[in-house]
Amino acid sequence: MQIQSPNILLIVVAAVVMVLYVFTNSAVLVWVERKVSAHIQRRPGPFEVGPFGLLQTAIDGLKLMAKQLIIPAKADKRIFMLAPVLSFVPPIAALLTVPFGKVVQVQNLDIGILFILSLAALNVLAILIAGWSSANKYSLFGAVRSVAQNIAYEIPLLLSLLTAVLWMGTLNLGELVDAQGGFWFVFTPFGFIAFVIYFVTGMAETNRAPFDLPEAESELTAGFHTEYSGMGFGLFFLGEYTNMILVSAIATSLFLGGYNLPFITLNGEGILWELIRVLIFLAKAYFLIFVMIWMRWTFPRVRFDQLLNLCWKVLIPFSLVNLAAAAIWIKAVGG
Amino acid sequence: MIQKPDPTQETLVLNMGPQHPSTHGVLRVVLHCDGEYVLDAEPVIGYGHRMHELIGEVRDHRGFYANVGRMDYGGALSFGHGHILAVERMLPDLEVPERAEYLRVITTELNRVASHLLWFGAFLLDLGAFTPILYSFDDREAILDLLEHVTGARLTFSYMRVGGVAADVDKDWCDGVIAFVKRMRERVPMYHKLVTGNIIFRKRVEDVGHITRDMALKYGCTGPVIRGSGIPYDVRRSEPYSIYPELDFEIPTSERCDCMGRYNVRWEEIEQSLRIIEQAITKLPEGPVMADKVPKVIKAKGEVYQAVEAARGSLGYYIACDGTTSPYRMKIRVPSYSNLSILKELTRGILLSDLVAVMGSFDLVIPEIDR
Amino acid sequence: MLNYFKEIFVGIKSLLIGMKVTAFYGTKKTITAHYPFEKIPITPNFRGHIDLVVTKKGYHKCISCGMCERACPSGCITIEAVKPEGAKKKKLTGYTLDFTKCSLCGNCVETCPTSAIKYSNDYYLVGTSRHDFHFDLLARAMKAAEEMGIEWTEPVEKPKEPTEPQAEGGESPAPAGA
Repeated sequence: MQIQSPNILLIVVAAVVMVLYVFTNSAVLVWVERKVSAHIQRRPGPFEVGPFGLLQTAIDGLKLMAKQLIIPAKADKRIFMLAPVLSFVPPIAALLTVPFGKVVQVQNLDIGILFILSLAALNVLAILIAGWSSANKYSLFGAVRSVAQNIAYEIPLLLSLLTAVLWMGTLNLGELVDAQGGFWFVFTPFGFIAFVIYFVTGMAETNRAPFDLPEAESELTAGFHTEYSGMGFGLFFLGEYTNMILVSAIATSLFLGGYNLPFITLNGEGILWELIRVLIFLAKAYFLIFVMIWMRWTFPRVRFDQLLNLCWKVLIPFSLVNLAAAAIWIKAVGG
Repeated sequence: MIQKPDPTQETLVLNMGPQHPSTHGVLRVVLHCDGEYVLDAEPVIGYGHRMHELIGEVRDHRGFYANVGRMDYGGALSFGHGHILAVERMLPDLEVPERAEYLRVITTELNRVASHLLWFGAFLLDLGAFTPILYSFDDREAILDLLEHVTGARLTFSYMRVGGVAADVDKDWCDGVIAFVKRMRERVPMYHKLVTGNIIFRKRVEDVGHITRDMALKYGCTGPVIRGSGIPYDVRRSEPYSIYPELDFEIPTSERCDCMGRYNVRWEEIEQSLRIIEQAITKLPEGPVMADKVPKVIKAKGEVYQAVEAARGSLGYYIACDGTTSPYRMKIRVPSYSNLSILKELTRGILLSDLVAVMGSFDLVIPEIDR
Repeated sequence: MLNYFKEIFVGIKSLLIGMKVTAFYGTKKTITAHYPFEKIPITPNFRGHIDLVVTKKGYHKCISCGMCERACPSGCITIEAVKPEGAKKKKLTGYTLDFTKCSLCGNCVETCPTSAIKYSNDYYLVGTSRHDFHFDLLARAMKAAEEMGIEWTEPVEKPKEPTEPQAEGGESPAPAGA
């Protein structure tokens, strides 16, 4: 069911629902991250507040909200306050176009991928102005790193997404999912390479370890958000987890067949089928997030120039060759 | 002195520390940066200065002994070993029982393994990996449990005494040590799988912080830092003390000269320490652990210099006595101080991230530098 | 060129091996103790702050010689003793340990001629002010005796008793000053 003309009321309602979803999602993801990291490190993780410690993040969120917002004296106050909002809002807007199910999709845009990518690029701007306005050298280093690495990882990211777009021949997220059906794009060799490249660069996009260079705790204390306290920091935190779900949602829709099971296309009508589809979609997306968390708690941080080397010398050549090969294959065999 | 930034040069002065996650305490490093490149790194020390040497000059020898463990929280026992050996050398009539000397070596080597495990975890934390420190602390806890059982403390052990050691061990404890050696050997491959082979880790430490042989000698580096530059200098071999001449162990070196070399040397040292512990436990003689006639009041005359191999390198106690109960002058040569002094020359022109890796590979203990 | 692909292959392999290690430990049991509910048994050899030994007769063994006071490098121990008129032994009236200064070196326990002090096993120490750590060891000993079910009984001194416990303290270079 596609909505041709934008329904303002629907979008507003959906945006509110999406904000609620993002908040719950972040709360759950923080809990999951803490639990997974704890078990990897042979600790129990949070277990005191609520069943299995589930309410721990809620309490932490309350604490963050109750904390004083300290703005450094030399900071550029308006930009300083704008940055957390800017890191938090665009991923939510981008999530509005993600096809969680056949019907559960707020706005199916014909240029969905482009829309998401352009909003995702704002994340770097948020980090840049956060680091710049903090009037802190560590923050500045974090901001500069973020911009420099952004140029490096966005290219392979776009190229890998372009492979998927080329293969399916559309920029529309809903159509991309339907085009794959049961035969996920990741099952083709081109799709697999593009998926791996996308996943690696996606982790860099979310600024998570091993690519957490802008915040690099042991080098830059906390990087771009060194000076943020209370909910200022909390919004960056929310933004990070929303970005994670966004990155894995795109990966799911473009490479992992969206809401379809492997080799089975789910076309049933009705609420029950739709629910199953949404659950399948979320299961895939959260599995990818789980892998991200798992990698974060296993690997050391890469060095700044090594990320650039990886991107320019490995990922870009591979994704270019992959794209070209996919194009030749489409011409020769016909997709 | 701290250099004033040259206004004609567009450099950024960055104060790394005294509160910084990877300076391991209250070390301050003043960096002059060009972007992320470090043009000049000037360590500023003294934030944790506690006048240990002066305290040593006003207290009697036994009273000062509790302080030496506070200088190096990682390897308190080797600091105690050095001090006790130095005091004992001023008492020529004193005969330390052999069992006590064996126990000193066993506990010191256990402490060395614990110290290296602590370093391993902290080094990986510096490089951004959070999990290895908790795995290494699992093993370290096992060591500390053993040491706590015999010394009664977990960090600042105060175990050795002039003329022997404070407490004897039983057979169960020796079995526990043997079991630990077995357990540690089984765990080592896991560490190598998780960290040593990891491509990200290797890229971070290989060819970073290259210390040539000449540089290491010039700055008086000791311990794993000099052995990582290919010089097999170990006080346990070059100036043998205690029962080390009777034990069979090797001095691991690495020709790599970089952070990876120092990393490898420390892992091999853990294996050599385990060998020493194994041999010492099997050879452990029966007998008393305290000498018969220990003077109640130590009134010595003359001067001694006693060096021992601490976990971080050569540790020396120079004690000059004028016949009163407390030393006239006490000077402690600590390994981390000399190892840190190389930082300025070594880090010229490297990246900020590499500076963190280099400092991590030195295994700095700041209270030991400040004393 | 071959090296380029080899490095990528080796790199990816090493990353997967690392993830296997964390996955293996992630599925294993946790090894921490849930601290306030669970306590790790502490070794009886643990060296806590010092305590006076309570004898079976319900008294301490301290002869107020002051050896511990002098052996203490940090000056944490204060002994108060009086010599009643006509008595041969001094009577301990106060034994205070300033635990804030103590470095747990153990010199006091080792110099005590009558083994009157021991290390306590007490490591759950908490206080809201540093004055909470000025321990009155005599009061603690009385409390310990009560807990052990022994009545605190001061020995009645027989003035004509020939044995003199302070002879033991004679090895010390100087007699104790109250």
